[in-house]
Amino acid sequence: MEPSVHFIHHLRKGAAALLPLLPLTALVCLAGGVPAYGAAAPLRFGEMYGTVTSRGIALSEKLKSLENQPVVMEGFMAPPLKPTLDFFVLTRVPMSICPFCSSDADWPYDIVVVYLKSPVTALPFDRPIRVEGRLELGTKTDEATGFVSLVRIYATKLGEAR
Amino acid sequence: MNFSRGVKFFSVTAAGLLAGAVIGASAASASEIVVLPIDRAKFLAGAKFDMEVELRGAKSGEIKILIDGKDAAEVFGVSPVLKNESSLSGVRFSDVTLTKPGEIKVEVEAVSDGTPLKKSVVYTVAAPQKQQAKNVILFIGDGMGLPSRQIARILSKGISSGKYNGLLEMEQLNEGTALISTSGYDSLVTDSANAASAYATGHKTVVNAMGVYENSDKDPLKHPKVQNLAELARAAGMSVGLVSTANITDATPAAFVAHTRRRAEQNFIAGEMLKADVILGGGSRQFLPQSTPGSQRKDDRNLIEEFESKGYVFAGDRAELAAAKGDKILGLFNLDNMNVYIDREMLKDPAVLGDFTNQPNLMEMTKKAIDVLSANESGFFLMVEGACIDKQIHAMDWERAAYDTIEMDRAVGIARQFAEKNGSTLIVVTADHSHGTSITGTYHEKDGKTGRHAVRTYASAGYPTFSDADKDGFPDSPAPDVTLAVQYANHPDYYEGFKFHPRPVSPAIMSGDAAVGNASRDPDGTFYPGNIPLGESQEVHAADDVPLSAGGPGADYFKGVMENTEVFFGIVRALGLDPAKK
Repeated sequence: MEPSVHFIHHLRKGAAALLPLLPLTALVCLAGGVPAYGAAAPLRFGEMYGTVTSRGIALSEKLKSLENQPVVMEGFMAPPLKPTLDFFVLTRVPMSICPFCSSDADWPYDIVVVYLKSPVTALPFDRPIRVEGRLELGTKTDEATGFVSLVRIYATKLGEAR
Repeated sequence: MNFSRGVKFFSVTAAGLLAGAVIGASAASASEIVVLPIDRAKFLAGAKFDMEVELRGAKSGEIKILIDGKDAAEVFGVSPVLKNESSLSGVRFSDVTLTKPGEIKVEVEAVSDGTPLKKSVVYTVAAPQKQQAKNVILFIGDGMGLPSRQIARILSKGISSGKYNGLLEMEQLNEGTALISTSGYDSLVTDSANAASAYATGHKTVVNAMGVYENSDKDPLKHPKVQNLAELARAAGMSVGLVSTANITDATPAAFVAHTRRRAEQNFIAGEMLKADVILGGGSRQFLPQSTPGSQRKDDRNLIEEFESKGYVFAGDRAELAAAKGDKILGLFNLDNMNVYIDREMLKDPAVLGDFTNQPNLMEMTKKAIDVLSANESGFFLMVEGACIDKQIHAMDWERAAYDTIEMDRAVGIARQFAEKNGSTLIVVTADHSHGTSITGTYHEKDGKTGRHAVRTYASAGYPTFSDADKDGFPDSPAPDVTLAVQYANHPDYYEGFKFHPRPVSPAIMSGDAAVGNASRDPDGTFYPGNIPLGESQEVHAADDVPLSAGGPGADYFKGVMENTEVFFGIVRALGLDPAKK
């Protein structure tokens, strides 16, 4: 997060205060032309990687086989950098720290960046959510924030997990 | 020298006066002189530092600096760099030294937008001493306050008839014993960067900073520096080792090599690790190019290859560490912080360890570091950190913290064996700060009571039933039928069940800008509302003094109540470090 530390600190208060935890009764549909519900392949955090060593991570065959395919994942939404951003970070467990908020905290390696058609403000951070969309792999730097991601989902559906 | 905002500074005059002139309107504003290093700073004679004087809130100014009545430029033998920004004027002397032992008075006279200002500070310069020790091994139990040591003693040694059945290895170092204060110059309560910086440089600094004083610069790498132990030891021909169970770029090891206002600059810090010969810990993600999955770098540098090209042998797991030969080793055993002893060596839960099933322990890392570093005839400085004592107390997991305290204590035992065999080695064991933990008594549910009703106080407490059948110093189970009741003076909203957690679990999680209790931690536990600000999701550091134990030549320096900066001076005194000596 180093390049955007000052940026992040400015955003800390606003980011969270503006996020009402509205009860969700159904999946939020974010865009038209999405694959039919049920077509997406389920993907779990534990299935993303092959071998993980201190020399780096190898993506699993399953993950690679799903590149550019619709997938559905469950995880936790980390408090976003700011409510108007078009992405958030999906984590395996709820975050006890907010790397966007604290310059000394960092992300675990097994995260998925979820890109959105439009910012979402209606999801909780402490209950599991479900994300459906197209899987993209490979290192990518977000132009607006400098945030580097490896695994991304371009979300078409988003909601609380059951 | 012309500056874009139309301010012109002239070079230092013979009288030591830096004259400034404003072109354009100037408004009177409250301004102050800031002198860095700060008042009451203490220096090792000949150790390098940057001196900076800022005129904050001044659009223009004149600054005159006198050291014991003499022009600073003359005393330092260099010309200063001038700076002028929107509401800041200043001068900096880089890489200067003070060589005359004793007290030194620095007087600054300035004119800020037409208003005269004055400030004086006093420095102390310590003379280099005759060498007593060839090597120094400094153990830092991160967050290991007095209760942490005592919990480890109860679990590892046991107590019967009201008397302990033995002392920890660190407690058997009794030639020097002191209480160490931990505050930085900005705040009563420190973080690990600020605290380790005091040990590494002999200077106090501010929260999140290491090896620098804080100026007004937005760039964390442009703050005035003070020389650290790795630089001083290397300059004296010694070898340097850093061992930690955290990311090796985390605050404590980082402070011994790096200079930054922000400890979060971990990618920069990774490169600074070249100042050490043996580097063992976690955090390879800061060494991998951004194109490698798992990397946290923002560039394409492959630091593992860079280190290898400079003669380092890389080890990625326990077997590679055991096989590594050479005088320089980079061992990184996890992408992130290493797992803790209970998870690594005892439970070995695949859901916790993932693929990192072959991480060395702190004893093995310490032994390897000593084996490699002791080949240098000129001696070595080694810092070993029990890093996750702190991280686990933050997570309110006193059992995991206790086993990591015992692990570091076993590593102290390895250092003691080396010192007994080779002599001439000072061993210092301390913490960098404390935590709000305390032993209330014991806890058991044998009579059907649960929760707070099963916390046994005073005479009801009796003794816990930890056992150590294999005599390895680690209790066979972290969850005996009678365990300790360890309670926390500060905490976020959380659920307490008073029992061991088979998997690490956060006490609270962030929901927006507020930490909420994590109900999955203790589903049958009792909810306790937090007593610290809502933004804190973990137990936080305490300002309590911490104990220090030392043994070997030079250990007598440590006695009474001491500032944390004195740990540095005790180490350089034992080693007889004299930066002026070539």
